[in-house]
Amino acid sequence: MTALANELNARMLTWWVILRIALEERLVYRGDFALGTLMRFLPIVTQIFLWWAIFESVPAPSGEGQAKALVGYSFPDMVAYYLLTMLGRAFSSMPGLASGVARQIREGEVKKYLTQPVDLIGFLLLGRVAHKLAYYSVATLPFALVFFLCRGYFSGGMPDAYTLSIFIATLMLSFLLGFFMEVCLGLVGFWFLEVSSLLFVYMLFNFFLSGHMFPLDMLPEPWRSIVEYIPLKYLAYHPAAIFLGKIPRDQLLFELTIEVAWLIFFIFLARWMYARGLKRYSGYGG
Amino acid sequence: MSSASEPSANAGKRVSKSEGLAYYWQVILAFAQNSLIRDMTFRTNFLLECVSSISWTMMNVGFYLIVFTHANSIGAATGWGKYEFFVFMATTWIINSLVETFFMPNAEEFSELIRTGGLDFALLKPIDTQFLISFRKMDWSSLSNFVMALILLGVSLWQLAHRDENPLQVHFSMLFFYPLYVLCGVAILYSLTITLSATSIWLGRNQTLYDFWFYITNFSRYPMEIYQRGWGMALWGTFTFVIPVLVVVNVPARLLAQPLHPRAWWEWPLAGFTIFAAIFSLMASRWVFQRALSSYRSASS
Repeated sequence: MTALANELNARMLTWWVILRIALEERLVYRGDFALGTLMRFLPIVTQIFLWWAIFESVPAPSGEGQAKALVGYSFPDMVAYYLLTMLGRAFSSMPGLASGVARQIREGEVKKYLTQPVDLIGFLLLGRVAHKLAYYSVATLPFALVFFLCRGYFSGGMPDAYTLSIFIATLMLSFLLGFFMEVCLGLVGFWFLEVSSLLFVYMLFNFFLSGHMFPLDMLPEPWRSIVEYIPLKYLAYHPAAIFLGKIPRDQLLFELTIEVAWLIFFIFLARWMYARGLKRYSGYGG
Repeated sequence: MSSASEPSANAGKRVSKSEGLAYYWQVILAFAQNSLIRDMTFRTNFLLECVSSISWTMMNVGFYLIVFTHANSIGAATGWGKYEFFVFMATTWIINSLVETFFMPNAEEFSELIRTGGLDFALLKPIDTQFLISFRKMDWSSLSNFVMALILLGVSLWQLAHRDENPLQVHFSMLFFYPLYVLCGVAILYSLTITLSATSIWLGRNQTLYDFWFYITNFSRYPMEIYQRGWGMALWGTFTFVIPVLVVVNVPARLLAQPLHPRAWWEWPLAGFTIFAAIFSLMASRWVFQRALSSYRSASS
């Protein structure tokens, strides 16, 4: 019994050290970080004016007293949507993760994980958690400021507690889903040494089909139905749509289950690819 | 005139104006050739870069194609319908691809030269330093977007000229004025780029300033009418008269995409202002550059 407790303790300590090192690493350039985050909101200004103009030429609804709407989004909804996708992306985007994994494979750094009692995917996950924690500790202020300035666009107000909890759950899941999808892409590096063009294709589809560029409801059929079955939508569109009440309340749990299923699929895929990849892997020298 | 046969006599002094133009042109050609040779050494990489920049632009077209299935123009009664707006987008890419081909790689390297002290070598060369810094590298793969933009421009103009109601009449004077205003736009963006990168002499490094460049030019990518409301007027005024990035694309695009008659009263003054803005920004960037150079302290060991 004590042996197990000791083992567990040792493991927790390892994780804690990894997390702390990664956190300290990330907080070195915090001033630049905060300014950069605030600047990232500048394009939202042009987006506001662009959609303002687009909504002017949207045909007026036939019913009396109805607000102009585009695929069910009023103008404030649209701005709120873009703000919420930025929040979603703050959780789900993993800059440099896949290319980092591929580089570690190419340059033979994977050896480190074979000889030390540290698991590659677990180590990367902790590193990312630390990265995100550091990011939020600096970025919360700019985010809060922008959301406060734009509070008028959230015309629907706060969703109820149930929807809100699903929203928060889906943000957490989008972090994990984004992580494991990128890890899988990086692990392709075991088979192809250079994965940068693959990553580029992924980035392109990600930008367009995750809903980062526009609400996916705007897509014409059959594309609209197709993106429903692609897990990319969970990275940006899905959390925003939940918050804005675009997904019927009785479907929320169902959608969450599908998201969890995708997550489990990608966790297993990453594990399987890593195991298969190590069999192919050969390290020399060093 | 004897300078060509006596290169050693020429090494120490700057080239005089009369013989300068031909000399500078030759240097530009040499730069272009070198860059092309470098790009062609890694051909697959070059092709991939072309494909990647084209894909981003195609995605943008895709986005606006979707937008125009839901709305018939950008703003009510602004005249920016589907194909007019595609002319606008094509103009944006023409100007941006020219800046990205000729100036962006150099501006990026400039701050690196300052940080590492490599600028010493540029200062020693018997040629104007700003010229050397601005033209040394060319990124030919960025021209792929230029070609895409020309295709989009051609298609959109064809559609505009052959539509049933109110077809666009392309006046021959546009063939002169459009390239002129495109060049004005390039000049304004170039000035902004070189000014921002020259500030790295004072700041040491300016990664955030590049982001700043991206976000400022982001304002230039849309018709200026969209800002002319509410608190957007402040943005419109700032980015038209203080940092004139709004006229960069708007003036040439408007010239081509909107019918020659009738024109709003403010369009002609705006066109005149654009030429003034281009010349003034070039002069201002020259002044900032020279000031920055005089504060340069080498970073050699």
